[in-house]
Amino acid sequence: MEKIIITVVGKDTTGIIARVCTYLAEQSVNILDISQTIVQGYFNMMMIADIARAPKSFMQMATELETVGQGMGVQVKCQREEIFEKMHRI
Amino acid sequence: MININEVLETNKMVEEETLDVRTITMGINLLDCADSDLARCCDKIRRKISEKAQCLVQTGDDISHEIGIPIVNKRVSITPISLVGGACCRSTADYVQIARTLDDVAKQVNVNFMGGYSAIVSKGMSASDELLIRSIPEAMASTERLCSSVNVGSTKTGINMDAVRLMGEIIRQSAEATKEQGSRGCAKLVVLCNAPDDNPFMAGAFHGVSETDAVINVGVSGPGVVHHVLRGIRGASFEVLCETIKRTAFKITRVGQYVAQEASRRLGVPFGIIDLSLAPTPAIGDSVADILREIGLEHPGAPGTTAALALLNDQVKKGGVMASSYVGGLSGAFIPVSEDQGMIDAVEAGALSIEKLEAMTCVCSVGLDMIAIPGDTPASTISGIIADEAAIGMVNQKTTAVRVIPVIGHGVGETVQFGGLLGYAPIMPVNRFGCEAFVNRGGRIPAPIHSFKN
Repeated sequence: MEKIIITVVGKDTTGIIARVCTYLAEQSVNILDISQTIVQGYFNMMMIADIARAPKSFMQMATELETVGQGMGVQVKCQREEIFEKMHRI
Repeated sequence: MININEVLETNKMVEEETLDVRTITMGINLLDCADSDLARCCDKIRRKISEKAQCLVQTGDDISHEIGIPIVNKRVSITPISLVGGACCRSTADYVQIARTLDDVAKQVNVNFMGGYSAIVSKGMSASDELLIRSIPEAMASTERLCSSVNVGSTKTGINMDAVRLMGEIIRQSAEATKEQGSRGCAKLVVLCNAPDDNPFMAGAFHGVSETDAVINVGVSGPGVVHHVLRGIRGASFEVLCETIKRTAFKITRVGQYVAQEASRRLGVPFGIIDLSLAPTPAIGDSVADILREIGLEHPGAPGTTAALALLNDQVKKGGVMASSYVGGLSGAFIPVSEDQGMIDAVEAGALSIEKLEAMTCVCSVGLDMIAIPGDTPASTISGIIADEAAIGMVNQKTTAVRVIPVIGHGVGETVQFGGLLGYAPIMPVNRFGCEAFVNRGGRIPAPIHSFKN
């Protein structure tokens, strides 16, 4: 398993999750967990996904997801899960 | 599993609180580049560094993109050059040729600084050491990315006062040689006591002889993050204050630890140490002075500053040690004047003097760092400042350093620009009373009694 964290931050509109999930399905990326919250009127979503079976590289998908986000006026960011594990778990 | 608040917290640290990994520094051993022929020696140095460090910058950038945390600097530290050039350098010009070679390689592998144009003379100076030291002014003036350091003392050996006296003159000559650029040569030159072999931070980084062939050392930072969390606990007791700093330092250091392990794995180079330092930059919100103000001081320099800095330094270490398997380097809070907007403000407000900075260096990681002084400061006075700092380091078994810049042609009240990471600094007054007779005695100060531990 190769876990990544995808975060989406921006103004809430319809179809944000749908578009991100569609892209991930096309890349054979399995979503393990989704959660969302509204902070100061801003939509915050986090997904934990497994990219082990994706044909494209992490960097390529990160760039493409950023473009998907730009199309909806939100910021989409991909990061490796290990960094959060290291930072928040002993 | 990681939850959304933890993810948002980390990303907020990066986006709003200037969290970053300050530097990945690759230490490279150049002892096997020594040769009796200067051209061959330069050639070996060029080949070895470019082979070892060719992927360093790219690897750092890749890791940075994948974890979403900036890795600001990628640097190289090398074996002190006085040990490498001894066999082939017969004049200062020979050493300057090595310096130019190193600067060229630094540009070739695209690191922003290379440290190790150095000599370790804590007890005595060999002919090679002295030649290298005398070449520093020209070497610093004719290179851009090369940094130089000279270790003039240690707890075990005492202080080499001949070297201290010489360094006063060398700093003045370096200032003269770069007077058109605000005496910038001195910003790349540091005089140390108890210099560590594994420091990843410039200008004092070098790859000590106790190290392996190549090693990855990482310097973490994050004064902005500490400042931000402290804003949330205004008025709380020292217990809460210390606990909060410690927890934050833990998180910051874990980032560094992960980056170091990843870089080490990808480059196939062993991991050395994490340097737990709060290193400020001239950027707003990236300031150690702001932390001191948040702890409760009107300005750094006010009474209470030394105590506040002592507790800050200690908590950073306590949190950081838990987060990393190997801690080394300088590890503590840096208090450079020119690289910290809050320190500059304190000087301009008249709150902070060199004497108070000297007291602060007793309890933090480095020393008198990036301080601009009047251009007419005599060499003997600079040597006196170095001797004072070295004595603090020697007696307290800690690293201390002096990086002062006598700005030729300028005096107190004026400001000097160094550019880029080095920032700008107001010129600070220096005590005008002389110490020439003290500095000119010659010889060395013996090691203190508590160094005899065998």
